[in-house]
Amino acid sequence: MDIATRLEALRQVLPDVVIEEVPSVDQPAIAVPAEAIERVARQLREHPSLQFQVLAELTAADYWPREPRFEVVYHFVSMGAEALGSGAPPPQRLRVKVRIGGEAPMMPTIVRIYPNANWYEREVFDLFGVAFDGHPDLRRILMPEDWEGYPARKDYPVQIHKAVDIGQALQVTEEEFVRNIERQKRAAGVSAGFDVQ
Amino acid sequence: MAEIRTETMTVNMGPQHPATHGVLRLVIELDGEQIVSAQPTIGYLHTGIEKTAEQKKWQQIVPLVERMDYLGPQSNALAYVLSVEKLLGIEVPERVQEIRVLIAELQRISSHLVWLGTHGMEIGAITMMMYCFRERELLLNINEMLAGFRLFPSYLRVGGLREDLPSGFHDAVNAFLDRFPGKMDEYEGMLTKNSIWLGRTKGVGILTRQDVLDWGLLGPIARGSGVKYDVRRAFPYLTYATYDFEVPTQQVGDVYARYLTRVAEMRESWRICKQAIARITPTGAWGVDDPRIVPPPKDKVYSEMEALIQHFLIYSQGFTVPAGEAYVPIEGPRGEQGFYVVSDGANRPVRVKSRPPTFLALQALPKLIAGGLIADVIAIIGSVDVVMGDSDR
Repeated sequence: MDIATRLEALRQVLPDVVIEEVPSVDQPAIAVPAEAIERVARQLREHPSLQFQVLAELTAADYWPREPRFEVVYHFVSMGAEALGSGAPPPQRLRVKVRIGGEAPMMPTIVRIYPNANWYEREVFDLFGVAFDGHPDLRRILMPEDWEGYPARKDYPVQIHKAVDIGQALQVTEEEFVRNIERQKRAAGVSAGFDVQ
Repeated sequence: MAEIRTETMTVNMGPQHPATHGVLRLVIELDGEQIVSAQPTIGYLHTGIEKTAEQKKWQQIVPLVERMDYLGPQSNALAYVLSVEKLLGIEVPERVQEIRVLIAELQRISSHLVWLGTHGMEIGAITMMMYCFRERELLLNINEMLAGFRLFPSYLRVGGLREDLPSGFHDAVNAFLDRFPGKMDEYEGMLTKNSIWLGRTKGVGILTRQDVLDWGLLGPIARGSGVKYDVRRAFPYLTYATYDFEVPTQQVGDVYARYLTRVAEMRESWRICKQAIARITPTGAWGVDDPRIVPPPKDKVYSEMEALIQHFLIYSQGFTVPAGEAYVPIEGPRGEQGFYVVSDGANRPVRVKSRPPTFLALQALPKLIAGGLIADVIAIIGSVDVVMGDSDR
């Protein structure tokens, strides 16, 4: 079963989705609208003649200043009969692209279909600022929690030097520190001070 | 008698813990010795290599990508150069492909040796560390012979190799290959039927087939759970289609199964190396015949004007790559390793992105260790072969 038949099957189950074929040098590639990605991913995984069980890779690229500037790229793998048992279609790879633009881009998540998209989507959010609607835990993953900006964007100022905010002295005086300890001890039912019988 | 009330305890394992193989932080919630939940935190080793690559010329990125995965550097370099060559639309000569196969397999053995040594050591077989590093030393010597560098040789280049094989290369590789099977017997003799080893690894950290597919764990972890997927077989690259080798698999999916899979894999890599070294001629082509990409030989640079100009152009401006994108996966030591490279037609990439097998393995870690004992965490982290540089990039 070649890729043309498989894509035809995808078109048949999703007749309302515009599936655009993208020229590529290494593997078949399609582009789909952002709002359809969840349905496309579900069909890719579950449709008997598609069977792309694994999301191998998910990333993005920034084509600033072109608009829509971001391309979120999914690489799916269908592993073939040797891995999945007889009856499975032959090994095949497929690249799916979603073009998305704007200052605060937002698109649906596919975590519910491919669980390993979780960290990948966090990474894309962390580095590109593309948010995923419905993601269970959308936080930064590689950069510190309080980092400003999205480093992989093309308009991110690379050359700035910023002091690192770590190793700050304890922001409490000695008296306050002792008082806190005694309050905790009182709360735990232990008498303050060190006069132990 | 009144029931004893217990509370769960939260333990921070890492970011600096000898068993986490680098800076990985695990926040573990414990109920006695049992793990209720675990949360991994990564990013401590994030070096921004992918961003740095956007400011480098195509050829200058090879040493950078090698530094991501410091146990399998040449596998990373291979995935990167194959992706760029795919974009360029060139295919290197067959001799270069055979040399790359040999280097990739030696790299797999080298990486697995570090895994076996540290994994063994963490579970208590301290001698494994000494033994495995003894053989790895020979492989580092081969790297040194190739390029002068032991850990990050950057011997693979876009369009071929850095230079031709050094004299004495075949002897060094053959000496290693003759020695290796006996040493493998030694390692397996120490562990495979050792009752302590079996007790610590059997039935620990089980991954089912469905887990493997859900979490995208391609590579030895998948094969340990019975998913017979190997990029060398499913999507052949280089000349792997002409080699005779098996893809070892196990069905159980526990730490012991992953151990057996990797050990069998090392023996298969040895088989491939044996075939490759017999095919490689001592001298011959070491790059594509394309003066835009491969610099001319040094003796010509000193004697011919055209060669001097080519040399100058390549080292000052680099080469341009046609606009487009490519992703070529290879079977790296930790699983499918690929590079997604995007070009806009300039001499620098728009985007370079590694597919990090460790990143995915760490994502599945909470699932692997929850419900087990705290002592099993060490065995499980070792069994997924964590390299933090690969995960954090």
